Amino acid sequence: MRRLFISLVWLYFTVLLIGPIAYLCVQAFGEGLTVFLNEVMRPEAVHGFWLSAEITLIVLLFNIIFGTVTAMVLARQRFWGQTFLSGLIDLPFSVSPVITGFMLILLVGPGTILGTWFGAMGIKILYALPAMILVTLFVTFPFVVRELTPILMAIGTDSEEAARTLGANEWQIFLRVTLPAIRWGMAYGATLTIARAIGEFGAVLVVSGNILQLTQTATLHIYQSYVDFNYVGAYAVAAVLLAVSFLILIVLELVKARSSVMTDRSSQMVSS
Amino acid sequence: MSQHTVTKLALRSAAIGYVLCLILLPLTAIGFQSFEDGLTRFMDDIQQPQAKAALTLTIEAALVATVINALFGTLSAWVLVRYDFPGRAFLNALVDLPFAVPTLVAGIMIAALYGATSPIGAWLNTGGIEVLYNVPGIVLAMLFVTMPFTIRSLQPVLMELEQDQEEAAYTLGATPWQAFWHVTVPSVLPGLLTGVFLTFVRALGEFGSVVIVAGNIPLKTQVAAVYVYGEIESYNPQGATSVSVVVLIVSFLALLLLERLTRPPGQRLPALLQQVFSAQFLVLRSNSKLNSQN
Repeated sequence: MRRLFISLVWLYFTVLLIGPIAYLCVQAFGEGLTVFLNEVMRPEAVHGFWLSAEITLIVLLFNIIFGTVTAMVLARQRFWGQTFLSGLIDLPFSVSPVITGFMLILLVGPGTILGTWFGAMGIKILYALPAMILVTLFVTFPFVVRELTPILMAIGTDSEEAARTLGANEWQIFLRVTLPAIRWGMAYGATLTIARAIGEFGAVLVVSGNILQLTQTATLHIYQSYVDFNYVGAYAVAAVLLAVSFLILIVLELVKARSSVMTDRSSQMVSS
Repeated sequence: MSQHTVTKLALRSAAIGYVLCLILLPLTAIGFQSFEDGLTRFMDDIQQPQAKAALTLTIEAALVATVINALFGTLSAWVLVRYDFPGRAFLNALVDLPFAVPTLVAGIMIAALYGATSPIGAWLNTGGIEVLYNVPGIVLAMLFVTMPFTIRSLQPVLMELEQDQEEAAYTLGATPWQAFWHVTVPSVLPGLLTGVFLTFVRALGEFGSVVIVAGNIPLKTQVAAVYVYGEIESYNPQGATSVSVVVLIVSFLALLLLERLTRPPGQRLPALLQQVFSAQFLVLRSNSKLNSQN
């Protein structure tokens, strides 16, 4: 029984994960390193990498700021409609990415109130960078919030109150007391945000217009190459993103180790 | 007002304003759009042969993927927790990979390995099994992206479920089947249900991996998300809206059902709703507990 079960699990993992990953690597490097590098260094591919990095950085900044603010409000304040707000935050997890992008089109597309208004202001949202950032913000918003809320609840407000009594202002309290306690949780949420932002495809495809060298991210470039039957190009860039995912996974493991040490210590502080 | 109170109010307004604009506003937009032309139009839209076929295929494929994921996920969680064998740590670390890999890359990998041009795809083809541009490929793609859910929601429960509870049952004269049915099943059921329902909801909306492996053949391999994409591309927002709303409603109903099934007696509804919505996140997080225990 034991041996059968273990073999079945190996089989399951091989069919779903190990096999596809190994075969992609074989395909990406199958025609030699030069071909691989050529595909990865193509101007369209390089532009895609840069655009993905740009969107990820901006989204990361927003999520750290608004994610922390929202987590602090959810953990420390009681107000009417709080449960509703909390439910809304988790909603992006259960919405299909294509529908996410479509909702934005319905909101700011041509002919809508907001779309007309932004058009009159001369701001282009749809089929441009702002829309791509907005949908990525939508799909990644829960990560930092859900990471920080339980930590903030666990550490309580005692230390902050003490700092306030000693005359610290709100900003000093945040920087010197709250931030050190939540930084590893924040790093974990940030890493999840990065992973999702780099990998986002469906929502970005719908709102970007997929314009070559303009609104084409790394994932969109892979899709374009694949649809254009440039399989080697698609495999090469996909292999790069796969390597990034492995890197992210390693960072997550490292941060997790630190953050569980932090939360354990802080919960001990609360209980003692 | 003290500086503290002012800060609190400012933070609260910022958080509420941000969430309402970013998340609620787009949802309202699709809500308005779906009711603009009335219920008759909505029913007409989803009964279009192509829309109907896409919705049926999506729900069926998602159900098949959910069942397979539940079976093999339970088995994997069990084996990873209870057995010590070479490669266990490697497999355990690999479980989280689908969360980090872009869905499009997942689709590309599956298409490469199981397509007719690879040795394995060619071998499967001679056996009469077509994976790519066919339903097995769609199920495989859905399985890839949902793989961690069942495993990660069961592992912590199985760890907490000490073997001595089962052994106590044996001492009291239970057969292995009784011990399994009366001790193991009740304690793992909430975790299993959470994993299963999250798998279903995720599979329902999956796009990036499926769009590559499904081949987008109308009436045959077109799933709902791909259909919605097609309707957007061909400037038919009404058709896209109706199918989107059906997918959204099925997802929310599944989550509500999960909430009902896993609700401990006597708890208030809203608090639990919130727990269910955050359940998906807990699955991600549960892994950190595992790591600190290992």
